[in-house]
Amino acid sequence: MGTRVSGERGRRNTLPGFGLTMGLTLTWLSIIVLIPLAGLFIKTFELSWDQFFGIVTSRRTLNALKISFGLAFAAAAVNLVMGVVIVWALVRYRFPGRRIFDAVVDIPFALPTAVAGIALTSLFAQKGWLGAPLAELGIKVAFTPLGIFVAMIFIGIPFVVRTVQPVLIDLDTEIEEAAASLGANRWHVISRVILPSLIPAILTGFALAFARAIGEYGSVIFIAGNLPNVSEIAPLLIVIRLSEFRYADATAIAVVMLVAAFLIIFAVNRIQSWAQNRIPVH
Amino acid sequence: MTIELKNLVKKFGAFTALDGVDLKIADGELLALLGPSGSGKTTLLRIIAGLDWPDAGEVRFDGENALTRGAGERHVGFVFQHYALFRHMTVFENVAFGLRVQPRAIRKDEAGIRARVKELLDLVQLDWLANRYPSQLSGGQRQRIALARALAIQPRILLLDEPFGALDAKVRKELRRWLRSLHEEINVTSVFVTHDQEEALEVANRVVVMDKGRIEQIGTPAEVYDRPATAFVHSFIGESVVLPVNVSGGQVWVGDQALNIKPNGAAPGPSQLFVRRHDMQVAPPGGGLRGSVRYLRTFGAVQRADIALTAGDGETLIEIDTPRDRPLQIGEVVELQPTRFRIFSA
Amino acid sequence: MTDGQISLRAAATDARTEPGLVRWIITGLAVLFLTVFVVLPLVLVFAEAFSRGVGAYFSALIEPEGLAAIRLTLLVAAISVALNLVFGLVAAWAITKFDFPGKSFLITLIDLPFSVSPVISGLLFVLLFGMQGFFGPWLQNHGIQILFAVPGIVLATVFVTFPFVARALIPLMQEQGTLEEEAAISLGASGLQTFFRITLPNIKWGVLYGVLLCNARAMGEFGAVSVVSGHIRGETNTMPLLVEILYNEYQFVAAFAIASLLAMLALVTLVVKTILERHLDEGQPVSDD
Repeated sequence: MGTRVSGERGRRNTLPGFGLTMGLTLTWLSIIVLIPLAGLFIKTFELSWDQFFGIVTSRRTLNALKISFGLAFAAAAVNLVMGVVIVWALVRYRFPGRRIFDAVVDIPFALPTAVAGIALTSLFAQKGWLGAPLAELGIKVAFTPLGIFVAMIFIGIPFVVRTVQPVLIDLDTEIEEAAASLGANRWHVISRVILPSLIPAILTGFALAFARAIGEYGSVIFIAGNLPNVSEIAPLLIVIRLSEFRYADATAIAVVMLVAAFLIIFAVNRIQSWAQNRIPVH
Repeated sequence: MTIELKNLVKKFGAFTALDGVDLKIADGELLALLGPSGSGKTTLLRIIAGLDWPDAGEVRFDGENALTRGAGERHVGFVFQHYALFRHMTVFENVAFGLRVQPRAIRKDEAGIRARVKELLDLVQLDWLANRYPSQLSGGQRQRIALARALAIQPRILLLDEPFGALDAKVRKELRRWLRSLHEEINVTSVFVTHDQEEALEVANRVVVMDKGRIEQIGTPAEVYDRPATAFVHSFIGESVVLPVNVSGGQVWVGDQALNIKPNGAAPGPSQLFVRRHDMQVAPPGGGLRGSVRYLRTFGAVQRADIALTAGDGETLIEIDTPRDRPLQIGEVVELQPTRFRIFSA
Repeated sequence: MTDGQISLRAAATDARTEPGLVRWIITGLAVLFLTVFVVLPLVLVFAEAFSRGVGAYFSALIEPEGLAAIRLTLLVAAISVALNLVFGLVAAWAITKFDFPGKSFLITLIDLPFSVSPVISGLLFVLLFGMQGFFGPWLQNHGIQILFAVPGIVLATVFVTFPFVARALIPLMQEQGTLEEEAAISLGASGLQTFFRITLPNIKWGVLYGVLLCNARAMGEFGAVSVVSGHIRGETNTMPLLVEILYNEYQFVAAFAIASLLAMLALVTLVVKTILERHLDEGQPVSDD
């Protein structure tokens, strides 16, 4: 709520430093973020449409994109369901270690991805703590697409939990009691009263987990197996193309992923404003 | 110090906060800016302080252009509506702040600062709170500390934004009296903003009534109450009964009934008659405002009656006190004679 | 958790809570899921690191390569945090203390690096400074090394940690408003006096919060740094990069030893974050009632 005036005397601000701080902000933002991002798009425009189309529809690229987007979507869906289950348990129930488990949710945010990557790989490797029993059942996780899926679930957990949790905490229990007093049974209260209020937060958490999983690299590449067309994610293909000095290929894949990421962020913003319009602010 | 404002205009986007304001404030005056929210009074105060700049117009302190100087160079003490005390500093450090940030050349030494802060805390009678933090104070205490902080720099003008707005009714009354006596003691030109007419009329020497970015009337409390210059002032200050009337041929008409009051120079045409509740009495028939008694209560020597006046399209219910020696009956049709009134064109 | 929530004692038939069996299943699922996907991997890091004993653990850490990686990580984090701290303070001042058109768009731009994949973040700087990049040839002619050297690693790290400090400060400073600063200015304080004596003390917990998260990410960043570093051993390997190399060379104890340091960093960060969040909740502005 700064105060600014335009007029014959020019602009005057009550507090000093607008020109200096705004100038520094825009300059630094341009150097670190805007110019590098612009560079990526300029590089893309050096390609002809056919070249670009050729790269992104080549079998290996398409498969990598399919693997990244498909598994990220599936992992985000698992996070959606399990995220709501976790939030429900953390918010509504009391059980020993509840606070610890609440804190544990943030670990995928905080743990460096490379650490998560090697830990998950060793855990699910054939001789690992979980890999061994799973191998007995004939399920192979590490170095298969299933491993990618597992890593993407890991990094997506906090998104749904941390977006839904505050909404459920703020949800007025009076509404539930009112519904119950009107004769609704528990299932009706949950499905008709509680879940609808949580849907914007759930969708937001899903979209954020999805976006994160698409771009994820560190925690996935160790466990992925990285077999072209089978278990090779799009970010890894970018790295491979760069090491082969095929910058155009790397750039084209990056642009596709970046546009997808921006679209998801845009969708999240739409969900947020929709939710705000739908549920009146108290 | 005198303050002179000339034709001030200030817009926030499409909203006009000030629409050509002219005002002269005399040295040592205690002036109230009174108006509803959105009337521009706080904007005017902030422009005097240098916290906002006008789009057009002049601000002069003792004849000198103040707009070339920023808020820090105007030597204006500003007391914010919510006090804006520095929450991480003790009361002592809050009051000392203005002294500590002075240029080295004129800054007092530590002992001098301590003495001055002590003096100010004594002035606002809160020296025992020196080591508390703002969050540990009551609203009235915060208010007085904010005032002490503003006075620390020996301001030439003291500006107060809704000084009592955030306080409960009892503290408010106390502080009003206290502010008046403080003003007499320090005698600095002071301007305060309020939306509470009682506050303005009780505290100020002079009241400026504002509406929609314009000044409606400037006058002493008695003047604005007894001789409101506009319909807005009449209805904003004190309770008014407003009746649609018609002025024609030197007569005031309610419907087809001529009243026995003079138009007092009001222009012919559809008008509004403004009367205060206590300026009407039950009179013998013949040219008074006609109404029927709806409800009666008795309080000691007076009876209070709800009377429904028929004027224009509908009824206007008013409450008046009449002496017990003229008993009224429910359903009785009576006439009310305005003893003091104003007529403004509709 | 607030009062008025359903306790496990409530009657199972009550429409305000679920039957006991359902509650048991939901809690069990949540605990099992978090244990398998989060707790076990974390425990495994330390178990693997100490699998050959404490001696092997520490000798892995004091390998010259390990020490070089730790030094480089600390250096990169220090530079990136310092730069983003200054930027965050400056940007938050400009955004929260003044009104101007396009403010929310500017905030969106500042947030942008959060939605860019780490690998793409690295790629951006390869495109700018690589041999086929915009400035690559010029840099080579002038003997300036950015890619596959510390400046490239710093740039990529600054990019991925760009929003942290600004993001921590903007909502906080918006909520605190400008009144205290206006009061200070009207009492004759200069801009810098106002900033250091009024604004900074009010936002100190927020600053620490932003720095903490910025630092954690700067030290742990893998993808972006991996693309720009060139993996020159002992020179351009940060700790996460060394973890990768050691792991791929089957030096599991060494890899997990370095990883355990990073995991400790994550745990400490989470604990401090919780403490700071408590301070931030307490630091609400003084209200008038």
